[in-house]
Amino acid sequence: MPVRYLDNSTSLANAQWSAKTRKQQWLSWLTWLLGVSLFILCWKMISDNTLWVFVEDAPKQGADLISRMVPPQWDYTPKLWQPLWDTINIATFGTLLGIVMAFPCAFLAARNTTPHPLIRSAALMIIVSSRSINSLIWAMLLVTILGPGLLAGILAIALRSIGFVGKLLYEAIEEIHPTPVEAITATGASRLQVMAYAVLPQVMPAFAGISIYRWDINIRESTVLGLVGAGGIGLQLNAAINTLAWDKVSMIFILIFATVLVSEWISAKVRKAFL
Amino acid sequence: MKPLLNRTDLARQGQWRPMPLIRDVRYRYLLILAVLAYFCLAFLSIDVNWTRVAEGMGRAARFLSAFLQPDFTSRSQDIINGLLESLTMTLTSTVIGVLLAIPVGVGAARNIAPLPIYLFCRAIIAISRTFQEIIIAILFVVMFGFGPLAGMITLAFATVGFMAKLLAEDIEDIDERQVEAIRSTGARWLQLMNYAVQPQVMPRLIGLSVYRLDINFRESAVIGIVGAGGIGATLNTSLSRYEYGTAAAILIIIIAIVMLTEYCSGYIRRWVQ
Repeated sequence: MPVRYLDNSTSLANAQWSAKTRKQQWLSWLTWLLGVSLFILCWKMISDNTLWVFVEDAPKQGADLISRMVPPQWDYTPKLWQPLWDTINIATFGTLLGIVMAFPCAFLAARNTTPHPLIRSAALMIIVSSRSINSLIWAMLLVTILGPGLLAGILAIALRSIGFVGKLLYEAIEEIHPTPVEAITATGASRLQVMAYAVLPQVMPAFAGISIYRWDINIRESTVLGLVGAGGIGLQLNAAINTLAWDKVSMIFILIFATVLVSEWISAKVRKAFL
Repeated sequence: MKPLLNRTDLARQGQWRPMPLIRDVRYRYLLILAVLAYFCLAFLSIDVNWTRVAEGMGRAARFLSAFLQPDFTSRSQDIINGLLESLTMTLTSTVIGVLLAIPVGVGAARNIAPLPIYLFCRAIIAISRTFQEIIIAILFVVMFGFGPLAGMITLAFATVGFMAKLLAEDIEDIDERQVEAIRSTGARWLQLMNYAVQPQVMPRLIGLSVYRLDINFRESAVIGIVGAGGIGATLNTSLSRYEYGTAAAILIIIIAIVMLTEYCSGYIRRWVQ
């Protein structure tokens, strides 16, 4: 902690203590100044692109929206079971397809199981690009390529899941205990046998946990995939929004909320059983 | 009849097998059956228009080739505008969201907040975390009109739930001894927060804010689809015009920025902690 002496003597009684040196103080002020000006600049850009007339009556619009949403149209529910079933299928098959592709990817990307550093960077590249694109964007792409429907949704979920499952799984593989690997190697096992009997049993619980966790997230994401035409309950949501049928929208929200709660509960139970 | 061999005997005869994941045989078969039944049912209910898929293959090939030669130039102005909007939305929403999340997070920590405040703050967190950003964006677009303001409010709202929850958990895990030490000097509540709690949670708070900045950028690329501004709107337009070159360029830019921010945020988090 730096000390500044107020008079020319070096007696501690007249010393002033501070947490930072002069230079650090200046630096921190400069950082704050830069940060705040950047924020104000950004705010100005947003404010320039906003029609403030619309913002001024936002409370009125909000109240209007809520009054149209309540009560939800309960008798719309029977028409929603089929889309909800589709949504769950999109999430489940998407997750399955995703983990099937993520599994080899993770083994190729983990530092201790990869056959070659070049293959490792290729696998990492796949994982990173899958992670950085949201499943809605994947769905948007696939809908333009494959046409609207469940298949685009399933593939979108699968493509997004590769990165998530792959990343967590390869980290789990890199953290395994080396002793079982050495023990199995010492018996003269081949590379594949080492994988099957030393690496796999160690990462299996983590793998199951990660997959269930991703399934839970995928249920959430697949509820909105329909907004871009990729099937599921989001299609109904989009139709209800486009026709301004807000009582139907609130009904769909309630159903999504319930589904998410149930899937979260299942995922928590299963993860507890595995880990 | 020969008695059933147990696992040790089987292992002695060289017929060892790994332990099954589920111990109870009946339970195991029931689970397998249930899963199979679900798959059959689900598979039958998925109907895929294969002719349409086959038609799409040509487009898929064109899209892949567009990835090899992305078109950055012909819509460069739209791309730059969208990107700037996304980045400004990301920054402002993270700052506002974190600022709002700090009081909520402090209120949602059971060890320093009284029960009514705790329940109130936990309710805010639950509401903000339940729905996807895009659903919140739809509602805010209706309320505030099209444009980046609705997107910014959406992202800030989502940030509050995320940051407040993690901050509250962090505060609940702090070392009580330091709090006691400061309290025994006769410190007031604010002083207690500033000198006992803040130094313990600050590094993680900064790390999480940077992480959230990263997430907010990714999300800002999506909420444009429902009219909340940002690069998502540009991407949506380019795809519906079948301009694959531009779409590929936008995707490449998004991936590059995400990789960059992820790298930077990892670096900053290591530096802070």
